[in-house]
Amino acid sequence: MQPQLMMSSSFSVLRVGISFVMMCIFYMSAVDSLPELSPQKFFSTLQPGKATLAYFCQADFPSTSVFLEELNEADKPLQDYGISVTKVNCVTKETSRYCGSEKNLMKAYLFRGHILLREFPTDTLFNVDAIVAHVLFALLFNEVKYITTLGDLQNTENALKGKANIAFSYVRAIGTPEHRAVMEAAFVYGTTYQFVLTTEIALLQSIGTEDIEYAHLYFFHCKPVLDLTQQCRRTLMEQSLTTLNIHRFIKTMEAPLLTEVAEDPQQVSTVHLQLGLPLVFIVSQQATYEADRTTAEWVAWRLLGKAGVLLLLRDSLEVDFPKNANVVFKRAEEGVPVEFLVLSNIDLIVSRVESNMHIEEMHEDEDNDIEGPDMDIQDDEVAETVYRDRKRQLPLELTVELTEETFNATVTASDSIVLFYAGWQAVSMAFLQSYIDVAIKLKGTSTMLLTRVNCADWSHVCAKQNVTEFPVVKMYKEGENPVSYAGMLGTEDLLKFIQLNRISCPVNITSVQEAEEYLSGKLHKDLVSYSSVSVLGLFSPTMTTAKEEFTEAGNYLKGCVITGIYSEEDVLTLSNKYAVTLPALLLARHKEGKIESISLANVHAQEIVQIITNASLEIFPEITVENLPTYLRLQKPLLILFSDGSINPQHKKAILMLLKEKHLDSLTPCWLNLKNTPVGRGILQAYFDTLPPLPLLAVVNLHSGGQVFAFPSDQAITERNLLLWLKKLEAGLESHIKILPAQKWKPPLPAYDFLSMMDATTSQHPTRKVPECIKETDVKENDKEQPEDKSAIRNEPTGTLRTKHWNRSNWFEEAKKQFRHDNKEL
Amino acid sequence: MGLSAAALLWGLPGLLLTIALHPALSPCPAQASVPAHRDYCVLGAGPAGLQMAYFLQRAGRDYAVFERAPGPGSFFTRYPRHGKLISINKRYTGKANAEFNLRHDWNSLLSHDPRLLFRHYSNAYFPDAGDMVRYLGDFADRLGLHVLYNTTIAHVTLNKDQRAWNGHYFILTDQKGQAYQCSVLLVATGLSVPNQVDFPGSEYVDGYESMSVDPKDFVGQNVLILGRGNSAFETAENILGVTNFIHMLSRSRVRLSWATHYVGDLRAINNGLLDTYQLKSLDGLLESDLTDLAIVKDHEGKFHVTLKFFLEEGNRSADAVPLPQDDNDNFALRVAYDRVIRCLGWNFDFSIFSKSLRLSAGGELSKKYPLVKASYESKGSRGLFVLGTASHSVDYRKSAGGFIHGFRYTVRAVHRLLEQRHHGVTWPSTEHPITQLASAIIRRVNEASGLYQMFSVLADVVLLEENATAFEYLEEFPMQALAQLETITGRRARHGLFVINMEYGRNFSGPDKDVFFHDRSVGHTEDAWLSNFLHPVIYYYRHLPTEQEVRFRPAGWPLPRPTAIHHIVEDFLTDWTAPVGHILPLRRFLENCLDTDLRSFYAESCFLFALTRQKLPPFCQQGYLRTQGLVGTESLRQHGVESGLLRDYATVGRGDSGQQPGDRRPGQHPLAPGPPVSPFDSNKEEL
Repeated sequence: MQPQLMMSSSFSVLRVGISFVMMCIFYMSAVDSLPELSPQKFFSTLQPGKATLAYFCQADFPSTSVFLEELNEADKPLQDYGISVTKVNCVTKETSRYCGSEKNLMKAYLFRGHILLREFPTDTLFNVDAIVAHVLFALLFNEVKYITTLGDLQNTENALKGKANIAFSYVRAIGTPEHRAVMEAAFVYGTTYQFVLTTEIALLQSIGTEDIEYAHLYFFHCKPVLDLTQQCRRTLMEQSLTTLNIHRFIKTMEAPLLTEVAEDPQQVSTVHLQLGLPLVFIVSQQATYEADRTTAEWVAWRLLGKAGVLLLLRDSLEVDFPKNANVVFKRAEEGVPVEFLVLSNIDLIVSRVESNMHIEEMHEDEDNDIEGPDMDIQDDEVAETVYRDRKRQLPLELTVELTEETFNATVTASDSIVLFYAGWQAVSMAFLQSYIDVAIKLKGTSTMLLTRVNCADWSHVCAKQNVTEFPVVKMYKEGENPVSYAGMLGTEDLLKFIQLNRISCPVNITSVQEAEEYLSGKLHKDLVSYSSVSVLGLFSPTMTTAKEEFTEAGNYLKGCVITGIYSEEDVLTLSNKYAVTLPALLLARHKEGKIESISLANVHAQEIVQIITNASLEIFPEITVENLPTYLRLQKPLLILFSDGSINPQHKKAILMLLKEKHLDSLTPCWLNLKNTPVGRGILQAYFDTLPPLPLLAVVNLHSGGQVFAFPSDQAITERNLLLWLKKLEAGLESHIKILPAQKWKPPLPAYDFLSMMDATTSQHPTRKVPECIKETDVKENDKEQPEDKSAIRNEPTGTLRTKHWNRSNWFEEAKKQFRHDNKEL
Repeated sequence: MGLSAAALLWGLPGLLLTIALHPALSPCPAQASVPAHRDYCVLGAGPAGLQMAYFLQRAGRDYAVFERAPGPGSFFTRYPRHGKLISINKRYTGKANAEFNLRHDWNSLLSHDPRLLFRHYSNAYFPDAGDMVRYLGDFADRLGLHVLYNTTIAHVTLNKDQRAWNGHYFILTDQKGQAYQCSVLLVATGLSVPNQVDFPGSEYVDGYESMSVDPKDFVGQNVLILGRGNSAFETAENILGVTNFIHMLSRSRVRLSWATHYVGDLRAINNGLLDTYQLKSLDGLLESDLTDLAIVKDHEGKFHVTLKFFLEEGNRSADAVPLPQDDNDNFALRVAYDRVIRCLGWNFDFSIFSKSLRLSAGGELSKKYPLVKASYESKGSRGLFVLGTASHSVDYRKSAGGFIHGFRYTVRAVHRLLEQRHHGVTWPSTEHPITQLASAIIRRVNEASGLYQMFSVLADVVLLEENATAFEYLEEFPMQALAQLETITGRRARHGLFVINMEYGRNFSGPDKDVFFHDRSVGHTEDAWLSNFLHPVIYYYRHLPTEQEVRFRPAGWPLPRPTAIHHIVEDFLTDWTAPVGHILPLRRFLENCLDTDLRSFYAESCFLFALTRQKLPPFCQQGYLRTQGLVGTESLRQHGVESGLLRDYATVGRGDSGQQPGDRRPGQHPLAPGPPVSPFDSNKEEL
């Protein structure tokens, strides 16, 4: 800390020194690479008060060459700030303590004169931005206050009230481009404003910022605050944190909040225009001056940093402009005429400026030769794929098309599945394809009739069936209420639903022998593959309420799980065999050949559904596109083993052991087979940028924080290693490889702004296309029509004149005149 | 007495026996003065009265319809005089959608019974008025509507009463002196009084209501017709072939319905005289204010047109009256006429309503109609609603509210309002997740008949829920009453709303517009706001507009200035289902209003997002995460890969440049959330 203290005292010297240093730049920058000096030579060139960043190295190590490239690049910007960059070669005989041993070879040192200010491990200086940011951060220690708590911020704020304003910024990390931008701004404005920097998200949140993913810069207006209990007003900079934007922002903060003018708005210019920001004139009159000024100040605060606000004193103005206009808007672009507007409230003024900023940004894009996004290009994958597939003939004849006339007759005559879709709706048309695939698979085997209704044609049928959105699948069975399908909109899941509905759950089991067959899977041999578990409820014949609850649960789970019920007199044979007290559930896992038992005393249908749903989850499932949502419901971080092909039995064993020993209770362990789920590659790419070697274990904390941790690839996936790693993870000793982005899903592209297009025609005159200028005539004509008609006769003084109108040819002339008259009014 | 018994019968059919005994047991005439009570009284069993009766009946309300004629729709037994309706009976549209087909059915009333569609009653495109009478008779009978025929309500007054729903009862008295006490009065009496203009000589004029319709009576005559509406032209059409010539005189220029897009203006089916006028066949049209006119009869019994002005000056002896041609020898109407016919339309009958009801005539443009609010409730007394043709002041010369195909929907809107006001039944709505928003709008603009017929009067309303994750969809709300939406519907509009309306282009409708001008149609989505033909327009408001904002909206706007507006580009086939031309721009508009991404995604994309992002787009949240993801088929996936919107992950290998799904390839659009991925994502977090 010692060197830093000294730095601050000598800092002003450095500032003075800049101009001198600048002169050297031409000379220096002409040199392609960094000056290479021996340690002795280096120390002899150090000038008092001048900052130097020196990198001590042994030789051109391959590993250091990337760093050298970056350092080379940082040379120029650092020189702009009067900091020279040197590479010191330790190869020669001379040695220095800075050359050090192998270990700290990788270090760079920052000197002011001969005094060491800071040492940097080279990996913190990973690119130009990081180098510039770190060096300036070290030099501007006093100008830029680094804080971590809200208390720090409040103290700073309180200390500066009435004295100086604060530029408070949050950056995600030190060394980022945003950090550099802030430091560069601090270099220029650091003596005028107190810069405060934090990397704590919590701090940003506590001052009420919503979008915490991005860097932020706030300007705290503390100087005008005289009452210590009062808060400093804050202005958020809404543009991204770049040096130029910050400069522009601070300039506007410096400009007077509100200026009064009494000249032609076309001629007025302020710093805002030079900065590319528009001007907003609030038109004021003597009579309403006080109120107008208050309004204007209010607008000025709202638009601070976005536009300049001026109070236009109309009375002393010689220029002629529309009487009712209360706001004049002047764009920053030269040669664009000012717009006279009638805006009824402040929000409209603000939104006017903001929408205009939007347009400006779009123009910038065009200038940069990046073609503006084409809003007419489809970016909805479902709509686009369905559209591209529109010419393919589907074997629709495999399903029965229902109409208003045939619907009721069909669904009452046979058990039917009905797909309700709309021919114009992409999602339902995509699903129609899967539905036809199901029909192909079931062709000739199913007793269930597959039908469909196009709600675009038969909207009344759909409305009567309570279908108001698409697609919807419903099953109609004789004597039962229609059941809505709530599974994945795909072939597999729908097929499973249809197959499992062939039996009516819960199945009534009538003998112990049948019960055993049921539990072993023999009873529904062809169906057990669709249901991971078979559930059997055991009740003594008198337990009517419990049976009802179970039956309700069974009904609810129709199409997902096979359920059965046994409540004969000899039910005790079964309960004794499986050692449960009645009422109870037996759960047969066919894959594992296991039968579990759960007691059901006083459990409601809802809870039974929950119990069965949870029980049908596997403890170490292969995660797939279809089953992920079911496991995400557990709200635990996922422990995923990515595997290219089937899982290594050793790895599986290790995880199952950990599971058994309850080490994985806080996680949802699963594995992903890239062969079955190729999109897993996309996931790995998002985590690692390039595909890492497989198998690979990762913990993904989806529900809180979004961190991804990777199990070290150099360690074997064994029970012991895993346990150690998980322990470290739990203790917070592991660092994540990635934080999943938490951005909100915003509109992918802007929409046509018809409102401003309409405004444009009403505020500007006839230069536009013909139909647009007719628009205005229209309004007037309609208003005028009645009076016009009457005046045609009534206002004429004598009968003689009047009769002239009645002459046929005159009548035509008159009509023409009238029309011209209307046109003139334009 | 008999009446009150009958009324009870409807209410309590089970007590038939008791009721039958009742008159016999208590034969006291004093009871006749005690008014029979009805919650709802409907005046008139025309189309609007029957339509309201239908809704009241379906809702199980206590109501009665009063009709002076012995059957429903008595207007149509006399009018139109020539027996042909000009409301189209389009029986074929090539579509099965019953709701859509109502867009082109101008005669049917709304009901749940498909047999009660007018196309089963006539094959004619312009049907016979007698078929309408038969249809309305069937409508009343089949649906068992409670109509008291032969009951002429002679007088309506107001009786203040604290207990009444509206603080007063309406007391109706019929021709026999029987009184009825009503909580709500629904006036559907139409326009029944012929419009007469008073000028000297008006006694020589034949009225439309009583003139001869036999062309033989006009053979070889010079005929002057006063008026320029459909009845005037219909009359001309009938006698065009036998007269010497027909002159037609009206205050203002003829308004052609195909230019004004208003069905009440002159329809092409009646415009034969325009044709013969412009083809120099002696017929002609003239404009003048009728109140300045005078007609004098000469000694031969022929009629001469002169000015009231002249009559006032000179003496009134018929042959000595100065005529315009005395001064102006080329005066257009200098010829003598054999007949003058008046076809000047009808007015509302205000005479039966007592002053206490404060039922007054509408504004300058619509004097013939009673003044009502946007909710069709009288401005003068709460609980009095005007329905049907008489309610046309709301959209006179704009939409179809004065005609069956329009007011059948406004009647339904009034009924929904009443259900909420008096029975706590909120305006019907459906609730959907936000991902269904574009679909819900597309569905309605493509099939809804109420929006289409009552364009710019009834509009659908989408009420957003907090955070815009779901919405309620309300159909056919009277848009001028938008500020009162919460009280009228009983639903909350706290988090922003969309209003879905249908509009013609602003410059496209008017009496002298050339509607066939070159380049009249717009094809590009970015020019959609310049669309001329009827097209959907969607208004977005962050807050429910206030009454002030609705009243002082910009000229020519149906609604106050919205936060944002979207026009779906006009379509020649009125089929707004094109994926790129119609649905895509709508989605972008909705997305930008709601600041979210409303694209749909396959389950695989949602799976990727679920494991690589902390937040999911609404479609994945509301579908995939609830195990209702869209799986898709192999062929669709293939198309996705070809289009660049999906990746073929099977080929993603080592050494691949590692393109992120969020990266942008030329000509390809990002799957990733809107804002460009922040550079932080690639930075090492340890720093």
